[in-house]
Amino acid sequence: MKTLIMGLETSCDETAVAVVEDGCRILSNLVSSQTDLHSRYGGVVPEIASRKHLEMINPLIDEALKEAGLHYQQLSAFAVSHGPGLVGALLVGVSTAKALSYAWEIPLIPVNHLRGHLYANYLTGATVKHPYVGLIASGGHTDLLYSSEEGEITLLGETRDDAAGEAFDKIARSLGLGYPGGPAIDSLAREGDPAAVELPRASLGEEGRFDFSFSGLKTAVLNYKNRVEQKGEEVNLENLAASFQQAVVDMLVDKTIDAVLHKKPASLLLSGGVAANSLLRQQMEERLSRKAPGVFLLCPPVHLCTDNAAMLAAAAHFQYREGAKAPLDLNAIPDLAVSRTS
Amino acid sequence: MKTKWKKRETMKTGKVLISTTEEKETMVVGEALGFIIKEPLVIAIDGDLGAGKTTLVRGAALGLEVEGKIRSPTFNLLRVYRGRLPVYHFDFYRLEVEEELFDLGLEEYLEGQGVVFIEWANKFPSFLPGEYLEVYLERVCGEGGNRQEWRNLYFNPRGDYYERLLDIFLENTCYDFQGRINYRGRDIKEE
Repeated sequence: MKTLIMGLETSCDETAVAVVEDGCRILSNLVSSQTDLHSRYGGVVPEIASRKHLEMINPLIDEALKEAGLHYQQLSAFAVSHGPGLVGALLVGVSTAKALSYAWEIPLIPVNHLRGHLYANYLTGATVKHPYVGLIASGGHTDLLYSSEEGEITLLGETRDDAAGEAFDKIARSLGLGYPGGPAIDSLAREGDPAAVELPRASLGEEGRFDFSFSGLKTAVLNYKNRVEQKGEEVNLENLAASFQQAVVDMLVDKTIDAVLHKKPASLLLSGGVAANSLLRQQMEERLSRKAPGVFLLCPPVHLCTDNAAMLAAAAHFQYREGAKAPLDLNAIPDLAVSRTS
Repeated sequence: MKTKWKKRETMKTGKVLISTTEEKETMVVGEALGFIIKEPLVIAIDGDLGAGKTTLVRGAALGLEVEGKIRSPTFNLLRVYRGRLPVYHFDFYRLEVEEELFDLGLEEYLEGQGVVFIEWANKFPSFLPGEYLEVYLERVCGEGGNRQEWRNLYFNPRGDYYERLLDIFLENTCYDFQGRINYRGRDIKEE
């Protein structure tokens, strides 16, 4: 029998609902910022708000079922991210899922949002081979992970200050490139020389071998801009964007490849919004094929890299098969560690 | 209604100025501040991007005996930590409209049982309580070839309680022989 899991995602900005069949086929995948529900339900909807999640989640659930051509009684389970994230936002998804699970008598499976990102790779049709090293780089996270077998995920390293995507956004804003910063810098950098501006790459010593730091790079870029402007000269934005992007990509690729050489996995999984960056994909692929040619590189398409609910449904599929089920006192855990499923 | 943020000149005329030349030193200032905090209060932190706002909070968290890493709250908007007192670390950087603050439930935290740090607080000054400690961090790049760079930290108490807090902070803080900030916190802790 088919397994049909509905995923609910409200851990930060996006409200998202999806239905996935057998953990790999997407039947519907809706993300609030990409739908026209805003206009349909009228009024000004604040960009970042728990209330926005509240307003969006029910219409999205109806829409996701409709698009999948399903009646709610056909659902096998709900999957909801219960952490990490902003507590008020998480609670909207968790409470909705608990209410529907109780009312419709459908089991509920809590999914760690970060783990969910890795499972976006199960939705691409490719076979994910264990063990794997995973890199999640987004606006809120920069984590290097290792999975020895299905369900076992440990943290190798993480950012000590800003996330990679946050560095992109802040630099883009300070250079007047707008939001979101990732795509803006990615396209501007194509016109620039990545070696034009000398910028630091944080080295964190042996104990921080797999950790990241982007705060110093951010300051270095701003200082460079200030110095040029103080001299009354104009900043070459293309060159600065290209040099900054190169520095971020170097740090991500260096540490990830180091983790691959250290752990000798069968595959390398990328995910998170920054994994959509074209230079990162290209250089990760190049370096991997040179240093560890036997390792498969998996990277989901852009719309599955960023926050979505299909990835949660995919992750829950494995937990569902093992009979995992959340009690109705399930709570949101804002600082849920990646090694934990609940 | 969109609120445009303007750097208020008053912030730079703070009562106390401390200059730091390294990230480590900003951390020490923060630690000294965190160490003297004994009850719930509010600290509003503003300043240039990359000036060390999160670094200051990271130091303060050490002084408040928070275990674990303090990461940028920009994406999450709020991060909660456990120390001697609960620590609520807000960041208004990504917020655009005031309604978003209501939805975050900030008011409850302001009157709550923890120490509240708010980065980019001056984006929404109407949300700050009547009394709080204002900290403004300024990133200064020296002119000339040596590329020297430092930070000016301006402390501005808003209200009697915070005047006293700042006095205690200064009593417990001194400079070492290199003119760098140091504080007697560790000695006091050992007593």
